[in-house]
Amino acid sequence: MTDILQRATTKVLDNGEGLSFDELVEVLQLPDEQIPALLELAHAVRMKHCGPEVEVEGIISLKTGGCPEDCHFCSQSGQFSSPVRSVWLDIPQLVKAAEETAATGATEFCIVAAVRGPDERLMSQVRDGIKAIQEAVDINVACSLGMLTQEQVDDLASMGVHRYNHNLEAARSYFTNVVTTHTWEERWETCEMVREAGMELCCGGLVGMGESLEQRAELAAQLAELAPHEVPLNFLNPRPGTPFGDLPIMDSQDALRTIAAFRLAMPRTILRYAGGRELTLGDLGTRDGLLGGINAVIVGNYLTTLGRAADADIELLADLKMPIKELAKTL
Amino acid sequence: MSEFCGHCGERLDARDHTVCAVHLVMEPPRFCEDCHRRMKVQVTPTGWVAECVEHGTLTG
Repeated sequence: MTDILQRATTKVLDNGEGLSFDELVEVLQLPDEQIPALLELAHAVRMKHCGPEVEVEGIISLKTGGCPEDCHFCSQSGQFSSPVRSVWLDIPQLVKAAEETAATGATEFCIVAAVRGPDERLMSQVRDGIKAIQEAVDINVACSLGMLTQEQVDDLASMGVHRYNHNLEAARSYFTNVVTTHTWEERWETCEMVREAGMELCCGGLVGMGESLEQRAELAAQLAELAPHEVPLNFLNPRPGTPFGDLPIMDSQDALRTIAAFRLAMPRTILRYAGGRELTLGDLGTRDGLLGGINAVIVGNYLTTLGRAADADIELLADLKMPIKELAKTL
Repeated sequence: MSEFCGHCGERLDARDHTVCAVHLVMEPPRFCEDCHRRMKVQVTPTGWVAECVEHGTLTG
């Protein structure tokens, strides 16, 4: 076993402490032949500190497209010549999507809007939508509505929002290569407000956007410092018309190293497969990641692209003898 | 008979759309195959609906 894997075994598996930035860089530099041992360690860490259960979530776009921000990976920015048109979802469709999500066995349903931050119209739609979902479906409701004011944080908490998603997206040192219309620090501030209001914080990012290995390690270390309840890990799916539309798909071995590194940075967090895994990892890699630190999945489709059929993921979890986390255990 | 590619919106006879067809396995169509208009597309966890103002609705 390599030196870094021996140190990680003691520090993370035995003592439950996350790896440092320097140690994460070493993990991300491990050669391909060490990846099976790395994934085995990350899986052991997940099993010891989180258990075998997998949290399943569905996501829905309440307001698609027309976003004023310029996140270079996103097809919903109004600043790029993306083919995605602006669309609003009505409340009956939102409830139907929540019902369909719950039917897959999911315990989380995340309402997402492509905005800088919510205005009064969106807050009103979210308020009505959450009320209608709570009356019809037994599922936790999460939201992802961009940057928030303290008043909006308090409003969402009072509506019963279980978890709020706001990703750092990239390492602080790489952020201005990804977004120029707001700052990394603004994102951090919203995350802190969410946590202080008592909602669970969901905060992750994307990899495969041209960042260096060091910047990947930096993102993991910065997320570990923020200590979110959940970390969604996205792999860039290059979207036509966006500034990152011509970037190559991330190498699958790099993706697996990244999954394990994030687990070793945050031994107790919910580490969720989010967008891009189908493209980057395929079916076999998806399985490897679930045996390499991942303990949560988004089932079904994403916001503007399609995912694996929910049944396929549920069957995979059954094959791996990983029980789906039940609703009572998430409340 | 479709005239336009649902992925890129260009004429089907203008070039090879094999790559577009691969994309359409994991993405809903964004352009109407009859008139090239950009469609309003709503993706849900279990499906999608694409609406052309002129030619109606597709689902998947």
